[in-house]
Amino acid sequence: MNSIIIIGAGLAGYNTAKELRKLNPEIAITIIATDSGRFYSKPMLSNALSAKKEPAAIALNSPEQMAIQLNATVRPHTTVEHIDTATQTLHIGEERLAYSKLVLALGADQIQLPLTGDGAADVFTVNDLDEYTEFRQRIEQKKRIAIIGAGLIGCEFANDLAVAGYQVDLIDLAPQALGRLLPPAGSSHLQEKLSGLGVNFHLGTSVASINNNASGYTVTLANQHTLETDLVLSAVGLKPRTALAAQSGITVNRGIVVNRHLETNAPNVYALGDCAEIEGLVLPYVMPIMNAMRALAQTLNDKHTATVFPAMPVMVKTPACPTIVSPPAAGAVGEWQIEASSEGVKSLFMGADGKLLGYALNGSATAERSKLTPLLPPVLSAL
Amino acid sequence: MNSSLQVWECIVCGYIYNEAIGDPEHGIAAGIRWSDIPDNWTCPDCGVAKADFEMTLKVA
Repeated sequence: MNSIIIIGAGLAGYNTAKELRKLNPEIAITIIATDSGRFYSKPMLSNALSAKKEPAAIALNSPEQMAIQLNATVRPHTTVEHIDTATQTLHIGEERLAYSKLVLALGADQIQLPLTGDGAADVFTVNDLDEYTEFRQRIEQKKRIAIIGAGLIGCEFANDLAVAGYQVDLIDLAPQALGRLLPPAGSSHLQEKLSGLGVNFHLGTSVASINNNASGYTVTLANQHTLETDLVLSAVGLKPRTALAAQSGITVNRGIVVNRHLETNAPNVYALGDCAEIEGLVLPYVMPIMNAMRALAQTLNDKHTATVFPAMPVMVKTPACPTIVSPPAAGAVGEWQIEASSEGVKSLFMGADGKLLGYALNGSATAERSKLTPLLPPVLSAL
Repeated sequence: MNSSLQVWECIVCGYIYNEAIGDPEHGIAAGIRWSDIPDNWTCPDCGVAKADFEMTLKVA
């Protein structure tokens, strides 16, 4: 009997199940989650405060509702310890569960920095709705929050917390905010707007230690400055969850290695979303998931289909400075052409042949998105 | 008539579609109702298809 098992109940797992169910009303689908199995959208966590959403309101459906909606079995709080790829069997404690096709939609972990000081163990990370719920409880009576990491998630949380009235310190080793996605002119504009909300930037430095004090924590920076805060949130980046695959003999690199058919090296085992490295690309964003899951659902329904990635601009949810980025491919040759005004910054990454290879749009320049996006090369073109 | 126009929110990314404003940037004129947007429309911010994801009613 055909049985599809999906490990992971995030956007990648549930959307793959949803798309497959549309194609095939009969096939048996099981979704296994280590967490509560509630269906929610992870990107919504970083702007829920200013949207005045309580954590419970972010969950769109319970696992029971999802099981009914998808006509599937949903197993929350269940951990798969091993995948026997030869017999196509999952090990869950003493239980053995057979699959005809297996989808790894495991997601990614927040990278944990090695930090020192007697307050280091209290550093918070927010990677799922359960952690976010706890975070919201912890900050309820607090006023000051320090965020380590001025990347996408760090900047989004900084904007959200500042709008909600918190005093925010934002720390990053890089000399600029969102440095991996924006050229310096774009970063300056974003920093200016976030500063306008009251966010204090500490750039080009790192956290040396975090210690308890009478009212909260003292964060000592490598540049010798200190700051006082009530809670430290770490958002320094994501690391694809590869451990289960690796110990089951499935090839991993930065992520679980798959080709454009989302196939791992093990027969009938696929991967997508934040845990996957597709043709060398690790793309932990929603739009790649949506494109990948449409192809994968076809493949799971026995119509072998390659993933095609068009240009997939990323929206940075910093309402103080609307920002949309479509970074040039790694190794792309060209240079940034910048047009900056007080209202916004348009940064175009142009190749030697005059072709647009990437962009970063801040503020008023975001209005040009729909004109510019069709000019971008696809991330993974059709075969 | 304007009083009956509605505002919708994408459940995945929070994108707002206001029927009174439309989405001229993507070729949808002001006043176009959510129900009249074609099924092959995708959310400009996150790529979720209209057919995949109900927009939720935000403000009546």
